[in-house]
Amino acid sequence: MAKTDFEIPKLEHPVKIPAIMEGASSHLSIHPANEQMKTKLGFPEKRVDNWQETAIAKLGELKDKYRSLKIFLDVCVKCGSCADKCHYFLGTGDPNNMPVARQELMRKVYRKNFTIGGKLFGSLARAEDLTEEVLKEWVTYFHQCSQCRRCSVFCPFGIDTAEITMAAREIMDSIGVGHKYSLEIIGKVHDTGNNLGIPKPALTSTLEFLEEDVKETTGADVKFPLDVEGAEVLMVVPSADFFSSPHVDSLVGYAKVFHAAGVSFTFSSHASEFANFGMFVGNYAQMQKIAGRIVQAAHDLKVKRIVVGECGHAWRVAYSFWNTLVGPFDFLDQAHPAPQHICEFTNGLIKRGALKLDKSANDEFTVTFHDSCNVARASRMGDTPGGQFEIPREILKATCNKYVEMPEEVNRERTFCCGGGGGLLTDELMELRVKGAAPKAAALKEMMDEKGVNVMAMICAICKAQFTKVLPYYDIPMETVGGVHQFVSNAIQLGDK
Amino acid sequence: MTALSAAFTVLSYCAAGVFFGGLLFQLWGYATTPSPLKIPVTPHPTTAAGVVKKNIIALATFGSLFKGNRWTWIGGYAFHVILIFVFVRHLRLFINPVPPLLAEIQPVALLGAMLLPLPLIYLWVRRKAVDRYDYISSPADHFALALLLLIGLTGLALKFVAHSDVVRIKEFLLGLVMLSPVEIPAHPVFLCHFSLVLILAIFFPFSKLLHAGGVFFTPTRVQVDNPRESRHINPWGN
Ligand code: SF4
Ligand code: SF4
Repeated sequence: MAKTDFEIPKLEHPVKIPAIMEGASSHLSIHPANEQMKTKLGFPEKRVDNWQETAIAKLGELKDKYRSLKIFLDVCVKCGSCADKCHYFLGTGDPNNMPVARQELMRKVYRKNFTIGGKLFGSLARAEDLTEEVLKEWVTYFHQCSQCRRCSVFCPFGIDTAEITMAAREIMDSIGVGHKYSLEIIGKVHDTGNNLGIPKPALTSTLEFLEEDVKETTGADVKFPLDVEGAEVLMVVPSADFFSSPHVDSLVGYAKVFHAAGVSFTFSSHASEFANFGMFVGNYAQMQKIAGRIVQAAHDLKVKRIVVGECGHAWRVAYSFWNTLVGPFDFLDQAHPAPQHICEFTNGLIKRGALKLDKSANDEFTVTFHDSCNVARASRMGDTPGGQFEIPREILKATCNKYVEMPEEVNRERTFCCGGGGGLLTDELMELRVKGAAPKAAALKEMMDEKGVNVMAMICAICKAQFTKVLPYYDIPMETVGGVHQFVSNAIQLGDK
Repeated sequence: MTALSAAFTVLSYCAAGVFFGGLLFQLWGYATTPSPLKIPVTPHPTTAAGVVKKNIIALATFGSLFKGNRWTWIGGYAFHVILIFVFVRHLRLFINPVPPLLAEIQPVALLGAMLLPLPLIYLWVRRKAVDRYDYISSPADHFALALLLLIGLTGLALKFVAHSDVVRIKEFLLGLVMLSPVEIPAHPVFLCHFSLVLILAIFFPFSKLLHAGGVFFTPTRVQVDNPRESRHINPWGN
């Protein structure tokens, strides 16, 4: 077990609701962005002098631009249905991590400045000015929300705390108070085309290495093409797929699937990344600009389709937002959805019998599947609601002999976040990440003990990175984490094409 | 007209104005605020008909609350069902002559409406007893519960304790509705009951009670999940 200066929660499934402990996670805060990161994205370099007025004006602007925010600030009845649904509350016991209490941090400022009750009755109506103290709460607790939307499932009005968190971060950026992690990454994606800051030569040599490696292990000439004009498909992946483990195993899987299907594809050095941190910071313009690179690459490379890799929030942005942000996609082949998820692509081939699969290649694994928040609660795959649950499972069942389901109260639409989503996958929040992962880790541990599960497959780069890092705190080996296409990669029979 | 009647008549019209005006203003605000992006919480229907159906079921069952917490659901659901009984019970005071069907169901409506204080007391106790709910509760939440409970209790008192002349009350209410006000029955319990209702009407549009209207506009629930099939346009986007 890793050494820590905090107490690691005991894993219990089903998870116990903690008694509230005020301030339990108030010490966990972010590293602020530096001046250069902020100015690069057009945010003020320092906290502006009239920060209070500026923030209130921004809040006013956002509530008039986003119906979600406006309604959510008004209609909460404080029923408490969401209160015990957040993994960060369950992991820390800090009452400000109850979704409704997190919302209240913004609502109290909203009341004070925008509602009759708040203006007339002040603190009696729980209305408060945006003081230094309140801003500190915002910085802290709006960076203890992974925008996973779990709370929304249980809210009678569908109040989505993620919308409020996004707005809060946008307001903070607008007064010059930003999070280093997210802003730095957005800067990198503009500079290098990907979140990791990988320059083109490094990307080229990695892809060459993978080509040789696959040739050696399978004997097949599986290609990993970069910037090939006229390819059929532009493949956009989370950049961790190029360098991290287990991510890269799925990348190999994608390439093998294209190879077996006889469909030409290419990566793009201009848009080698599919993640979109513009969403995490609630910034529409950034989200649009980051998505725009991909459409630009599709035009430049004259592809007919866009297929995307295993990443949760990025799939949300692609599936739900791209058409609005950077559509229409009428320049692509209309016979296929745009964008298409690699799981939709692969499962289509499996259903047509176009892939030769040897399930026994995965016999050493007893596999379960973790639904990633943004795929589960903010997107779809295929034509029918819930396809986002069925399609990856169909792939796993077609490639593995031993597949078992996790309990529904922690999966599917009620899935628990990995604890590292929403722009929180950063070292300074490690304690929060470990504690927030507890509910899911508890369910996994139970599956391991009771059902002999030794791998949890998933389709999100952040989930993979987070779990490989935090599961060892719970004595679960990092090798337990896998990508869905890694099992495709193991099972697929390439012949000698 | 007595000074008392004059005062209550003016107050009634003011409260009605605030209630309807405020409600219209707020809902108009929701309806005209853009939804820049598709944000339904999935899995979610892919057609408009599917969305309507899902929301009708949600309204009829409070399914999300049921999923979230059965014990709160029991109280919340019971309260809202009883509100329907209360509504039916009071409708007869605003319609002349009372349609036969409405007259016939009055005994049942009375039976239901009588229960109003029970879920309110239950929810209030819960709000204090569970540490999470206590933490999130504000004076406004207690005020809303107190107001509703007092309205319920004074209403019951009118029926069972301090019996009032319902014919005169009906004349007064109909007078207000028909814009030809008549004297208000100077029955102290009725005056209390009626005043509390006026306060509720004024409180309603500017409080969390607005959830009754807001629920029809929530993008996470009322949008159709078809972003790839049909391009959603952001009115302020480019
Ligand atoms: S969106 Fe997720 S992380 Fe944020 S408050 Fe809701 S449950 Fe917690
Ligand atoms: S479930 Fe919805 S209405 Fe109930 S407390 Fe949470 S946000 Fe408010």
